[in-house]
Amino acid sequence: MARLNVVQAINLALRQEMRKDKRLIVLGEDVGKSGGVFRATDGLQEEFGEDRVVDTPLSEVGIVGTSIGLAVNGMRPVAEIQFSGFLYSAYDQITTHAARIRTRSRGRFTCPIVIRSPYGGGVRALELHCESQEAILAHTPGIKVVIPSRPYDAKGLLISAIRDPDPVVFLEPMRVYRAIKEEVPEEEYTVPLGKADVIKKGTDLTVISWGAMMKYTREALEKADYNAEIIDVRTISPLDSETIINSVKKTGRCLIVHEAPRTCGFGAEIIAQINEKAFLHLEAPVERVTGFDVPFPMYKLENYYLPDERRILKGVEKVMKF
Amino acid sequence: MPEETIKSFNVGYLQVLDDEGHADKDLMPELSPGQIKELYELMVLIRAFDDKAFKLQRQGRLGTYLQVKGQEASEVGAAYALKKGDWIFPSGRDVGVLITRGHPMHMLLQYRGGDERGMKAPEGLDNFPITIPVSTHIPICTGAAWASKMRREDVVHMAFFGDGATSRADFHEGLNFAGIFKVPAVFVCENNGYAISLPRARQTAAETLAQKAFAYGFEGIQVDGNDIFAVYSAASRAVAKARKGDGPTLIECVTYRIEGHSTSDDDSRYRTKQEVEEWRKKDPVDRLEKYMKKNKILTDEYKQSVTQKTRDMVEKAVEDYEKVPPPEAADFFANTYAQPTEQLKEQMKEL
Repeated sequence: MARLNVVQAINLALRQEMRKDKRLIVLGEDVGKSGGVFRATDGLQEEFGEDRVVDTPLSEVGIVGTSIGLAVNGMRPVAEIQFSGFLYSAYDQITTHAARIRTRSRGRFTCPIVIRSPYGGGVRALELHCESQEAILAHTPGIKVVIPSRPYDAKGLLISAIRDPDPVVFLEPMRVYRAIKEEVPEEEYTVPLGKADVIKKGTDLTVISWGAMMKYTREALEKADYNAEIIDVRTISPLDSETIINSVKKTGRCLIVHEAPRTCGFGAEIIAQINEKAFLHLEAPVERVTGFDVPFPMYKLENYYLPDERRILKGVEKVMKF
Repeated sequence: MPEETIKSFNVGYLQVLDDEGHADKDLMPELSPGQIKELYELMVLIRAFDDKAFKLQRQGRLGTYLQVKGQEASEVGAAYALKKGDWIFPSGRDVGVLITRGHPMHMLLQYRGGDERGMKAPEGLDNFPITIPVSTHIPICTGAAWASKMRREDVVHMAFFGDGATSRADFHEGLNFAGIFKVPAVFVCENNGYAISLPRARQTAAETLAQKAFAYGFEGIQVDGNDIFAVYSAASRAVAKARKGDGPTLIECVTYRIEGHSTSDDDSRYRTKQEVEEWRKKDPVDRLEKYMKKNKILTDEYKQSVTQKTRDMVEKAVEDYEKVPPPEAADFFANTYAQPTEQLKEQMKEL
């Protein structure tokens, strides 16, 4: 078993699935010759050729729109949108077609595509290269939204996403692309979509996060005086409500950490579900540590925007001392 | 230092049949009298369907409907050039395309009656559902055509859209991909003069819509969209070219929407009655009739029998439509994902 980072795990998943399934093609900007700006598709064009690993024009509507057409007509496209900030122009295609084709045609046509995109901040990037749009996407019925936080899950979730019969937006936390290495099995395996992961059992409070924030939340919690149960959501839509509710019923306290803006962030939905299903078990209001309701700042200010150890520990104290 | 023209383009225009029903023999596509009758019957059927749908809407038996009257030659002529197994990507107005491609009429009424099940193409027909958001199906057509090319299938993909669609990013990005990957697609623009109230001249400063294709590296042609032979001829050539692997074509059919944009539109706010009357003189069905009379393909008896037959077909479709049991509410839960999510299972209980 090799120790891989997130980018290498994604590359391995794509490579192995492409070997197995001739219908699978990878397309996007700079994914072929250059192997992707983050090298997630490195070496794939050499192995599978230019017809299956396709450098496209700089054209997000074109990439997502043609991927939908490819999927409707029997292929399994994995489209890369270079940074999730570029998803905005393609959002029309995602919401008006990918999400609705099954409904609109009453199952006659389906849209098994995966749209991979690096997302989130913390890498000193340009404007609009640091967006966190999971809540916008999760508010679109008909698509699934998946966010791995570590190499093992990145491989297993991507394989599940590729094999899934419905459209999946696969958001890859750029900040931890190379920051985490762990053992990743060489053989193929899947991590199921729609299942959260309790990465640490605990009794004092439940801490919920996803994506890059998972790493920083875990690190912060090591310095906390409490025994936290930590949940990695992994799939934002459909959400594994059961795992979350069971944990909150047990601990009675909950903190949610995400880097997207707070208002209408996905944390709000989790809180609503906790209120519906675990209200009488709560010892304190559910707390959120999130990004602020401002456009993601350029990098001189990004560390003020992103939840950090200080804010996470403050959130823990607030929940525990209520 | 040279200063010279490095590239210039010629935009072709095709008309075979004039307003009086005279056909240019040299330009006439190969069509047997039987095929001409088939084209005629389809156009008459679509007009009968269109009239009936309008009346049903006025009687409250149908929802918002977009009339296709005046555009029958563009829709039938292009779709008729396809063969079994080819795909169509229609826009909101294109009931004529769908009828030509065998979509059951009672299902079209069902769809316009607010029941999405009417858009489920019967097995064996690759009719992509009607796309309401303008132009967004164009890159999808390109992608589907690309898949056929990858599998080396003998399948052509045809997308239909209006003049307004050519202003949108999806048109540009869809055609750009089609050119680069040389996919077997035909893009049929039904330039009917207006995008709701906006006249064609305000949609783009370009003199023709056909010329836009040259910017994407393939051919565009403008045809008289009320001339069934011109549309069929251009479409057949484009389909044959696509089948040969020579890439896509854009066909601009210059036609006219005789009725308002939809059953909710008042077209007197933006165009004159005289303008509409001028276009009535170019009516595509009348024009074909004149040709058929001159060439002894159409007799009064035949015409009467077609009128009767198509009227009966439409009445039967209305009868079938009104017999369809209403959809059950749970229906929308069943088709959002392949398997309903836990959230959906819970929400179903609220019905």
